[in-house]
Amino acid sequence: MLLINCPYCGTRPELEFAYGGQAHVARPPDPALLEAQPWADFLYMRDNVRGVHAERWRHTHGCGRFFNALRDTTSDRFIATYRSGDAAPQAPADDTKVAP
Amino acid sequence: MQRFSALSLLGHALTGHRGWRPQWRRASPKASYDAVIIGGGGHGLGTAFYLASEHRLDKIAVLEKGWIGGGNTGRNTTIIRSNYLFDESAALYDHSLKLWEHLSQVLNYNVMLSQRGVMMLAHTVHDVQVIKRHVHANRANGVDNEWLSPEQAQQFCPPLNIADIRYPVLGAALQRRGGTARHDAVAWGYARAADALGVDIIENCEVTSIQRNAQGAVEAIQTTRGVIRTPRIGVAAAGNTSVIMKMAGVRLPLESYPLQALVSEPVKPVFPCVVMSNTMHAYISQSDKGELVIGAGTDAYTSYTQRGGLHISAHALEAVCELFPIFRRLRMLRNWGGIVDLTPDRSPIIARTPVPGLYVNCGWGTGGFKATPGSAHVFAWTIARDEPHPINAPFTIERFRDGHLIDEAAAAAVAH
Repeated sequence: MLLINCPYCGTRPELEFAYGGQAHVARPPDPALLEAQPWADFLYMRDNVRGVHAERWRHTHGCGRFFNALRDTTSDRFIATYRSGDAAPQAPADDTKVAP
Repeated sequence: MQRFSALSLLGHALTGHRGWRPQWRRASPKASYDAVIIGGGGHGLGTAFYLASEHRLDKIAVLEKGWIGGGNTGRNTTIIRSNYLFDESAALYDHSLKLWEHLSQVLNYNVMLSQRGVMMLAHTVHDVQVIKRHVHANRANGVDNEWLSPEQAQQFCPPLNIADIRYPVLGAALQRRGGTARHDAVAWGYARAADALGVDIIENCEVTSIQRNAQGAVEAIQTTRGVIRTPRIGVAAAGNTSVIMKMAGVRLPLESYPLQALVSEPVKPVFPCVVMSNTMHAYISQSDKGELVIGAGTDAYTSYTQRGGLHISAHALEAVCELFPIFRRLRMLRNWGGIVDLTPDRSPIIARTPVPGLYVNCGWGTGGFKATPGSAHVFAWTIARDEPHPINAPFTIERFRDGHLIDEAAAAAVAH
């Protein structure tokens, strides 16, 4: 089980959290003006990164707040967690390597 | 190819089984091919086999970064069924089931298909309504499925505990044509048959980039074993599809999650069928070796690690112990994870892509094994003719733009 560092509450077991998918996917300001493809891109297309992934988590059974995390999807190791609205921290160079 | 028959087995038995040769060549990559399949699992090897046998393509290669059948083909719970709700899915999965029924003969390789019946349990009023809807929809589509009372379900599967549990069994749907097959044999059978038709199966060959020409069409693949030129690429890379497709500049509506399974120590035959419980989150069958094969759910987060959290497996085991009290003292032998690529509507994509010459077969999520022959068959058609087979025509990438989703909540027996 993963240990996740909630930026508001501290480190807690994975069971307290809900996964929220890729982070920094901005909702288009006026969906009614969009063509079908950009709307589908917003709804369905994801980077599905093999390597360092910026993603949302929610501390469902804690403070209830959303936050963001950088996690390496080839090892499941968390590199950083940060509050919603903050820019993603720079991942250290040795964490950006993709496992063979 | 050495053909298998009762006579050849007898002959080899008399000579101490010293005369068997490798079932396929250890091929090295050539400079160019008419078509290259990326991914040496059941879907990819099957595609190569149908390209060679039905579409008469000459020079075909299958590239596999590890060993064939070492990905999800070797990591699933070997369940076969076709009781899907929507017309599009029923047509695709039943096409596959019909191919399964003759696959051992077609490949001259025993895939050990056992149509022992797949039973899906209903534990709540909602389950009963949903499952009955499936039964009616399946029968209207010519797919066998029948409703069983709790007592009939227990009669069909005697170890089943129907009453003394938190979620009593209120009934079940039974697809008698469903069952299991030997997963490795599917990869090996397709590999052997494809190799006999001249297909090069190239293992330990990882794709590192895809080159496109001035018109945007694919022209070559860079691999860890050199450059391969080809005008046609079929991608059947399961959990790693997003990574491969990014090399050609194509983005797909996919997310890769770990899906876990486990097997028990082997015991004598006690379990006659496949049982799936959506509500209690487990599915179980017994292999011919005697191990109970148990499937768990997906982990909560995307990952490429081929392992998952132990609490996910433990959850499935709790459900199994509740449904089948006779297994409570059984020990587990191994557990593992595979990386499954999920689409938003839980239906696969088998289609052309915006890049000329590039085709993709992905998004099988938690239920790709059962579809192996059908998927490979229609994917080969799509690659050979540059147009979809009528069966996979609805399974496009564009359906997410156009709103024609095939929303199969029942894509696996586990809730997503």
